[in-house]
Amino acid sequence: MESRESGDLVKRDLSLKIGEFSSTLGVFKDVEIQVGRILEEWEEPLGPTPFPDITALREWDLKLLSRYKPFYMPFCDLCCLCTFGKCDLTGDKRGACGITMAGQQSRIVLLACCIGASAHTEHARAMLNHLIEEYGRDTPLDVALNTNVEAPHTRLVCGFRPRTLRDLDDALSYVESQIVQLLASTATGQEGNNLDYESKVFHVGMLDHVAMEIADIAQISVLGFPKGEPEAPLADLGFGAIDTSKPMILVIGHEVLPSVEIVNYLMDQGLFGEVEVGGLCCTAHDTARYNKRARIIGPISWELRFIRSGIPDVVVIDKQCVRTDVLLECKKIGSPLIATSEMSCHGLPDRTHDEPDKIVEDLVERRIPGALILDPRKVGEVAVKVAMKIAPRREGVRPLGVEESGELAKRCRHCGECTRACPNNLPIMEAMSLARNGDFTLLSSLYDLCVSCGRCESACPEDLPIVSMINAAASKKIAEERSKIRVGRGAIQDVEIREVGRAIVFGEIPGVLALVGCANYPEGGGDVARIAEEFLKRRFIVVASGCAAMAIGMTKDEEGLSLYEKYPGVFDAGGLVNVGSCISNAHITGAAIKIANIFAKRPLRANYEEIADYIYNRVGAVGVAWGAMSQKAASIAAGCWRLGIPVIVGPHGSKYRRMLLGRREREEDWMVYDARTGERVYIGPAPEHLFYAAETVEEAIVMVAKLTMRPNDTSKGRAVKLSHYIDLYQRYYGEMPPDLHLYVRSNADIPFTMRDQVVAALEKAGWVEGKIASPDPTLLERLIRRRL
Amino acid sequence: MSAKLTTGQTAEIAGPKKAFLIPKPEVAASMMNRARRILLVVGSEAIKVKTKDGDLIDTAIRMASSKRITIAATGHISGEFRRRGAVGVHGISIMELGDRLRDPSWSGLDNGGPYDLAVFMGLPYYLEWLVLSGLKNFAPSLRTISLDNTYHPNAGWSLGYSPQEEWIEILDRIVSNLEGAG
Repeated sequence: MESRESGDLVKRDLSLKIGEFSSTLGVFKDVEIQVGRILEEWEEPLGPTPFPDITALREWDLKLLSRYKPFYMPFCDLCCLCTFGKCDLTGDKRGACGITMAGQQSRIVLLACCIGASAHTEHARAMLNHLIEEYGRDTPLDVALNTNVEAPHTRLVCGFRPRTLRDLDDALSYVESQIVQLLASTATGQEGNNLDYESKVFHVGMLDHVAMEIADIAQISVLGFPKGEPEAPLADLGFGAIDTSKPMILVIGHEVLPSVEIVNYLMDQGLFGEVEVGGLCCTAHDTARYNKRARIIGPISWELRFIRSGIPDVVVIDKQCVRTDVLLECKKIGSPLIATSEMSCHGLPDRTHDEPDKIVEDLVERRIPGALILDPRKVGEVAVKVAMKIAPRREGVRPLGVEESGELAKRCRHCGECTRACPNNLPIMEAMSLARNGDFTLLSSLYDLCVSCGRCESACPEDLPIVSMINAAASKKIAEERSKIRVGRGAIQDVEIREVGRAIVFGEIPGVLALVGCANYPEGGGDVARIAEEFLKRRFIVVASGCAAMAIGMTKDEEGLSLYEKYPGVFDAGGLVNVGSCISNAHITGAAIKIANIFAKRPLRANYEEIADYIYNRVGAVGVAWGAMSQKAASIAAGCWRLGIPVIVGPHGSKYRRMLLGRREREEDWMVYDARTGERVYIGPAPEHLFYAAETVEEAIVMVAKLTMRPNDTSKGRAVKLSHYIDLYQRYYGEMPPDLHLYVRSNADIPFTMRDQVVAALEKAGWVEGKIASPDPTLLERLIRRRL
Repeated sequence: MSAKLTTGQTAEIAGPKKAFLIPKPEVAASMMNRARRILLVVGSEAIKVKTKDGDLIDTAIRMASSKRITIAATGHISGEFRRRGAVGVHGISIMELGDRLRDPSWSGLDNGGPYDLAVFMGLPYYLEWLVLSGLKNFAPSLRTISLDNTYHPNAGWSLGYSPQEEWIEILDRIVSNLEGAG
């Protein structure tokens, strides 16, 4: 074989691009060979960073980190990860290995993000392996209607265009190998610099979005989920959506395969109308994407509440966000537990290879409290049979009543340990005092604020079942908890990006707000709906996923309508887009990537820095994870940071122990290149922060409006964004924003309807027109088109 | 068998270095009187906390006016201070404030130079805990005091837990002492 012109050797050592070669079979031009198979030609040239290793994007990370310096808030002053320790790292002390407090904090952040990314990657691996086994490696991808860019993250990071499940396997192998390396860097005696740890955090975040994309586009393609349809169907949401007269199967977790097989078995047997299938957390989202008749009961924090209601006849868990005491809770209500993943076996006997009817008999006769079944199809059959057999026997099981709660409240010692243990300092002790005298109003009101973590019960010296007592007091409210949610639609279509790309980049659509994350809310999930509605009314594009998407649906107006019934599901101004479960978050960042690629025609293939630079300087996207709790939420956020998308978390998010904060008063931090001239210019602090915890929901709302500003905004766009920022600031702080002069570049930026007050504020601040530039902004010197 | 609990006297201890307990109100007042430049950090929960003056915002205003102390109102409560006619109040988020307090070159909210003492109250417990941790570890020249009704181990000095009525009295005595010295 002769090769006349060889191209780039792709990073994995497995791929070779060849301009032309001849063989005994003939002459071939422009082909790529990868491990013995030929990839399809792709007209887009390969970018600079295919399959980037840990340091390939380090320079980009350090640019961002020089602007957004980490502010560490240690949760623990000690390191206990090796036998030298415990080492006290307080202040300027160093550990036995030489690590500093800053180094240790960034190391812990990396560990958390590796855990989160690993969870998504394992999820993707299990999903992909199962689908390949069932449907074959060459099963084509079919992700969204009117869409060519089917996998923006995979194209951007890996540098190839996946066509089949087999292609996804290649990308996932890369992600897996990188996570191992990142985890290795946290071993004692490896990385020593906190900023290098932070760069690795960004790297694992980027990988996480590739893994999430793989998991979701695989299941969308094969399981028949909605394919980016704006009008995806509405599904029932809430405790009250369950018909308690029927046998009930509760599914909990994130990987939908066992739930799919439960639905399949019910359909095959003609039983779907006779058995209720309801889910908690992201499995619920994905089961409803598979069949809209499946019920979405609620987010993770409904776990204790719903199990203790006594309604589920059998509980099926898969992986992630499953309470580790779930078996104990199931035993309390006499319902068997079926574990379906190697990730969470819960000490149960492995019955994977037993006959279904034998497993059913053992569960129904309570010879075993539960079973581990690692075969989704068998889970489907066993769960349905168990639910149908056990339901008639469980009629006597009922939750704690109000009167019993009143009696229990008399045992309260008023020690206050419940409030002390409560993450939200709820007035549990006061509620008990009232309840013992028959007044349950305060106890009932706690239902809306409680995250049902159960820490109060652990702290109570009387072992009072406080969560159950709150449920009992709120039983009427619970029964009425029923609303509508639009099922997860998956990706944003290319055609939608073409429609709105210009308006987003020039600022005429004021921003894209992503409401994501878990349910660790400081004052209930109603705050998420409040944030969503505030910005929907202002014609932002609001995108949601996971528990946040559920919280939005749980709030109803006076007419009983949820926001999903009032706003369309289109990716456009004033649209409310539920993308789906937490792995669907990849479609949100994917939409930002597609704006750079489809609207702005920036090359996507293995061109991470340029695309991130584009998003950072031009796309007014902001993520809000108001109840962020998990390590997965941390790694999802990290993927946003590397793309230059700011993330706001609620006050509990401060426990991620590190913020990435800009300093607006330091002009030297806010310089960019003007790509037209190469000149370094001052652009003002936009966006001001990359990772920020807000103390109150009002503070978060104002910060969202501020963080949508980008240096590339046109004057019209900046005026629109400023009008929202000023209006919200005035409403909640009662005055003009004190930093207004840092965002008005010229008179043309001033919102017309606020001109007089803005001019007065600018004069007071000594504002000078033209000090803040309006360049073609970039942080990348190589993108300068012409030197001065 | 678990260790015996003393009601209210539990805290999440981060490590070996933890706050000195303020034994009596006069000690807190004395530390504030000796400080060169004080910042009073008041969180969003101040509006929910009852005191002799009305609520914690009213007490903060009284405390600040006794010694011309600058107030940093976190969350979104600076508007509430203004509605009550307070002067010398700056609205700033707790994250931005914490980030700046660790910077010895920061010129302060009023450009008057760095603070040598930051007094905290009215923040959500865990948020204050974390910011104080950041300052304990990364702001060696700043002294911190927590006046909340619970022990804050990451402060330099902290009140301990006491029943609500006692704490209201303690707080009032601290302010009265400041007024007496002012």
